[in-house]
Amino acid sequence: MANQSNRLAAGGRVDRRRPLVFRFDGRRLQGYAGDTLASALLANDVHLVGRSFKYHRPRGILGLGSEEPNALIQLGRGNRTEPNLRATQIELFDGLDAHSQNRWPCLRFDVGAVNSAFHRLFPAGFYYKTFMWPASLWSTYEEVIRHAAGLGRAPEGPDPDRYERMHAHCDVLIAGGGPAGLAAALAAGRSGARVILADEQAEFGGSLLGDDDVTIGGTPAVDWVAEVVAELESMPEVTLLRRATVNGYYDHNYLTIAERVTDHLGVGLPTVPRQRLWKVRAGRVVLATGAIERPLVFRDNDRPGVMLSTAVRGYAVRYGVLAGRRPLIVTGNDDGYRTAFALADRQARVAGIVDLRTDPIGPLVAEAKNRGIEVLAGHSVTATHGGRRIEAAEIAPMTADGSGLAGSTRTLECDVIAMAGGFNPTVHLFSQSRGKLRWDGERAAFLPGTSHEAEVSVGGCAGTSSVTQAIKDGIKAGLDQVRALGHTARQPAAPAVEEHGQGETRPLWLLPSTQPVGRKGKHFVDFQNDVTAADLMLATREGYRSIEHVKRYTTTGMGTDQGKTSNVNALAIVGQSLGVDVPAVGTTTFRAPYTPTTIGAYGGRDVGHLFAPTRTTAMDPWHRANGAKFEHVGDWMRAWYYPKAGETFRQAVDREVTVARNGVALLDASTLGKIDIRGGDAAEFLNRVYTNAWAKLGTGRCRYGFMLKEDGMVMDDGVTTRLADDHFHMTTTTGGAARVMNWLEEYLQTEWPEMDVRLTSVTEQWAVASICGPKCRELLGRLCSDIDLGNDAFPFMAMRDGTVAEIPARVFRISFTGELSFEINVPTRYGLALWEALMTAGADLGITPYGTEAMHVLRAEKGFIIVGQDTDGSVTPLDLGMDWIVSKSKPDFIGKRGLARPDLHKPDRKQLVGLLTEDPTFVLPEGGHVVETVKPKPPMAMLGHVTSSYYSPSAGRSIAMALVKGGHARKGQTLYVPLEGRTIPVTVAGTVFFDPEGSRRDG
Amino acid sequence: MMLIPCPWCGPRDDSEFAYGNQAHIARPSDPASTSDQEWAEYLYFRDNPKGPFAERWMHAAGCRRWFHVVRDTNSHVILQVYKVGEWPDPALGVGPANKES
Ligand SMILES: [Zn+2]
Repeated sequence: MANQSNRLAAGGRVDRRRPLVFRFDGRRLQGYAGDTLASALLANDVHLVGRSFKYHRPRGILGLGSEEPNALIQLGRGNRTEPNLRATQIELFDGLDAHSQNRWPCLRFDVGAVNSAFHRLFPAGFYYKTFMWPASLWSTYEEVIRHAAGLGRAPEGPDPDRYERMHAHCDVLIAGGGPAGLAAALAAGRSGARVILADEQAEFGGSLLGDDDVTIGGTPAVDWVAEVVAELESMPEVTLLRRATVNGYYDHNYLTIAERVTDHLGVGLPTVPRQRLWKVRAGRVVLATGAIERPLVFRDNDRPGVMLSTAVRGYAVRYGVLAGRRPLIVTGNDDGYRTAFALADRQARVAGIVDLRTDPIGPLVAEAKNRGIEVLAGHSVTATHGGRRIEAAEIAPMTADGSGLAGSTRTLECDVIAMAGGFNPTVHLFSQSRGKLRWDGERAAFLPGTSHEAEVSVGGCAGTSSVTQAIKDGIKAGLDQVRALGHTARQPAAPAVEEHGQGETRPLWLLPSTQPVGRKGKHFVDFQNDVTAADLMLATREGYRSIEHVKRYTTTGMGTDQGKTSNVNALAIVGQSLGVDVPAVGTTTFRAPYTPTTIGAYGGRDVGHLFAPTRTTAMDPWHRANGAKFEHVGDWMRAWYYPKAGETFRQAVDREVTVARNGVALLDASTLGKIDIRGGDAAEFLNRVYTNAWAKLGTGRCRYGFMLKEDGMVMDDGVTTRLADDHFHMTTTTGGAARVMNWLEEYLQTEWPEMDVRLTSVTEQWAVASICGPKCRELLGRLCSDIDLGNDAFPFMAMRDGTVAEIPARVFRISFTGELSFEINVPTRYGLALWEALMTAGADLGITPYGTEAMHVLRAEKGFIIVGQDTDGSVTPLDLGMDWIVSKSKPDFIGKRGLARPDLHKPDRKQLVGLLTEDPTFVLPEGGHVVETVKPKPPMAMLGHVTSSYYSPSAGRSIAMALVKGGHARKGQTLYVPLEGRTIPVTVAGTVFFDPEGSRRDG
Repeated sequence: MMLIPCPWCGPRDDSEFAYGNQAHIARPSDPASTSDQEWAEYLYFRDNPKGPFAERWMHAAGCRRWFHVVRDTNSHVILQVYKVGEWPDPALGVGPANKES
C-alpha cells in the first residue's frame, strides 16, 4: 500500500488517527477521515485520474470542489454504481471503490490516445461535419465513435436505494455557508427568522477552510466558523443542511436542494434515505455561493499536475497534502502569491511566480522577494513538458500588451503548476432565477445585475474578494431580508478581519507562445469536453458570432460541469477573435441543476407501486382471494377475468359471457363515475350539458345521455337518474369521471353562475354490484323483499330505493349487456358484504363473477360503444349512427352549435360500422387498418380502423366495430384489413351482433 | 414553480391548480345565430401576448373554484387576482375592454 508520500506530518482538517483504505482502479491506497477522494489520491501522489473526452489525453485533478471538470469517477459496483462523480466532492470512506473513466484498456496505456496523434480528425463541429458525410460512410464511423464517446457507465438494474422529498417553507434561504452566508444566517437567525442555510460541502466555512492566512476576531478563521455554526445550531428556527447543494432556482422563490444524506458513509442506513431533495418556498433568498477560480489558457495547459491555485492551496491547508514539492505559480493577481507562501510554509520549494502583470507591486510581491521566491513579472507560459505528470514549463517575457513574446524562453522544472487566473463569481443560481448578469470590466467577470426574484447576492458571488466585505455584506443582507419580512432585526457586530488583498487582476485570456495557437500543442479552454482555443477561433472563422451557437458547435461548456471553469474564458477568446468586448458576444444562460443530481432524488418515493396512486373498490379483497386477473383502468385496478384452474384467458371469458346470457353473472361496477346533482335548476342544467331532453324525466326514472364538447364531438356518456324533482344521480365512464366533474363545475362557475345547482362527486361513496342474466331477478328476489321486482312495477330504466341483503340500496334497472340486469348501489362500506351475500344467495343458480373483458364482449355483442375506444374526440353522435339521442327541439346545449357545421354532416365522414370476417374464427386486431383496395405493400389508402374486436360466444363468431369512411352507406360491401403477411376480407355490417330485437332485456 | 394566491385559500403552489387559458371569453348567448367564423373564434382563437394576460385558473387540488389572474407571461409576475364576475384593473391594460375595441 502506498504511503501517502505527499501527506504533511501535521496540519489540515483530516483525522490522522482514522486511516481509511480505499481502491482506485483496483489499487489499494490509504487516506484519512476528512479526505475527499481527490485529496487522498494526491496524498498518494496520484495525479493521473482520467483520460480526456475526445483526445484521451492524460488528465489530473484541476480543482477542489464542484467545479472539477477532469477528475470524473465511477463509484461503486452493481446497481449502486454511479458515473461522473467529481473526485473533489467524494468524501472518503473505508472500502471506497473508485474507477477512472473513459480509458481503455487502462488508464496508463490508453488506445484512444491515438486520437491525440490524429487530432485533425476532431476539429470544432466534428460531429456536425461527420453527420454531413454520406450516410453510407457514417455507419462505418458510428461504431468507433460510440465506443469512444461518453463518460462512465450507467447501472443496469433498478436503484436499490431509497430517496425522499422534503417540502419546506422558510423566511430566508441562504445558499452557501462561507463567510458571507454564515454572517447572513447569523444576522437573520438572531432576529428570529426561520432560516435554512445549505452548503454543498461536508462542513461550513467555504473558502475559509482552505486558507490559513485569514483571522477573524483575532482567531483563525475556522475558529470563527465553528463559533458561528455552534450558535446557529442552538437556534430552533434555523435549519443547517450540509452536503446539500442548492441546485435549482425556479419561479417565485421556489428552490430545490439536493442533500446527500448517506453517500459519505459508503453504506445506506435503514432509518434515513440515501438522498433527499428539498423543495423550498422561501420568503427571501440570500445567494452566497462564492466564486470559482479561472484556469489560464496556455499551450498544453492540461497535463496532470496543472491545477487551480486555490485548489493547490486548499489541498495543503485543509487536507495537509502537498500536491507537489516543486510548484510553479502562474498568476494574474495577488492571490497566487498566497498559494506560493502557503506551500513554501509547508516545505515546498517554489519554482517561481510567473506574474502576468508587467509591474506587480504590493506587500505580497515584496514578501515573495523577501522569501527569496523568484517573481517573473510580465511573463507567459509558452509550453509545458511531461507525460502523465507535469515536469517542466517554458516561460518567456511578453510584450506589454500580452499579445506576443518579447524575449527568449527558459525552462523551469516543476511538478505542479498553480494557475491563478482570477475569479468567476458563481452566478449560476442568480442566472437561473432570471436575474440579469452584467459584465464588470474591472473585475473581468460577470456579476449579478438586475434581480428578478426577492433575492440578494453577497460575498464572492457578488464579486467581492475580501472576507471583511463578505461578512459585512452578509450581515447586512441577513438584516435586510428579515426587515423586508417584517421581523425586528437584531444587529450582530461585524468582527475584525485580517487578510491579504487580491490586488489588481490582469485578465489575459490567451497566453502567447512561440507557436501560433493550434500548432504543436493545445490550449485547452473546456477541459471536460476537450475544446481548445483553436476550436473557438475556427468557429468564428467559419462565421459563428453568437456564443450560443459557438457553444453548440464546439460543445464548449456543454459538459456535466456546465462550463464552470471554461465559460468566461471561452467568451473572452471568442470576443478577442471577433474583435469585440465580452458582453457583445453574449452571456451564457445557466440552467438547473447546478451540479448533476441523481434521478432518484427527483423521483423520491414515487417509484415502483408508489409511482401512481392505485384505486381499488370495496370488493377488491374478494377479487384477489378468488384469483381474479386485473387490468388498469385509469388509476383503478379492475377485475379483468376470473380464470378457473387450467382455463385460458379466452376460455374464462367465453364462460363468463355464456353464464351472463343464460344464468346469472355478477360484475363489480363500482368504478363508474358518479356525480350527485342537486338544486332547483338541476334539470335545466342537464338539458344544457346533455344532447337529449331531461326536463320531463319522471322521478325514479333513468335516461342515457351523451355529453359533447362545444365542437360537437362526443366527450362522455352515461345514465342519469332523477331521484327527486331537484336531485339527480349522474354516472360517467370510469376513465372520464374526473374530466366530466371538472367540465360541469367549469360551466356552472364560469358560464352559468346564476344557476341553482350543486355538484358532488360520489364515485367513491357508492359500491356497485351489477347482476345480469335471465336468473338475476330470481336472485335479487331472494335478498330484497321491499321492492316489487315485476316487470311492470319496476320497468327498464327505472330506479328503486330498497333494502338488499339488509343493506340500504339504490337499485337501477339498467343494462350494459342487453340482458335483464340490476345495478345495486350500496354505501361503499357495505360493498364487500353485498358482493358476498349475492355470491352466497346465488350459489345454487350458478352465479358467476365476470370481469371487464366479458363486460366488453357483452356490450360489443349489443353494439354498445365505449367512449374513448370506439370514439377518439373526432366522432359525433351522427358518426355513431345515434342521431336519435340529439334533440332537434332544444334551443341550445353544449355541442349543438358545433354539430351544425356542414362538414360534420358529410356522408364520407368516418362512421361506426360492424365488420364480419370471412373466417368466423379469426379475431381482427384492434387498430387494424381498413382499406378498400389492397396493394402489394403500404402505403394504401386507408378508410378507417378497427375500434373493438372480440370473439363472441353468443354470436358464435368473431365480431368487430370500426370507424370507416362513409361506413353507413357501405353495408354489405367487402373491405380488407391488411395485416403482416396476410390480408383479411371483411363484410361491412350493422353494429348489433346479438339479439337485434332487444327481446332479452326484460328477462 | 409559481406561487398563486387563490382568492379563497391564499397562496399555493401552482401544481395545485389547473390552467384555463384566456379569461373573459364569454360564451355567445345565442350560439345558433353565430357564423362559423364567429363560432370558431369563440372556440379556438386566443391571444398570446408577451406581457400582462388575464387568464383563468382553477384551484383543482383545493377549493375547486375558478378565478382570474392577471399574469405577466414573460416574467411570471402575478399582477392581480380576482373572482369570477369581477374585472381586471383597467390600468393593467388587459381583459375584455382590450378584446372588444
Ligand atoms: Zn382555493
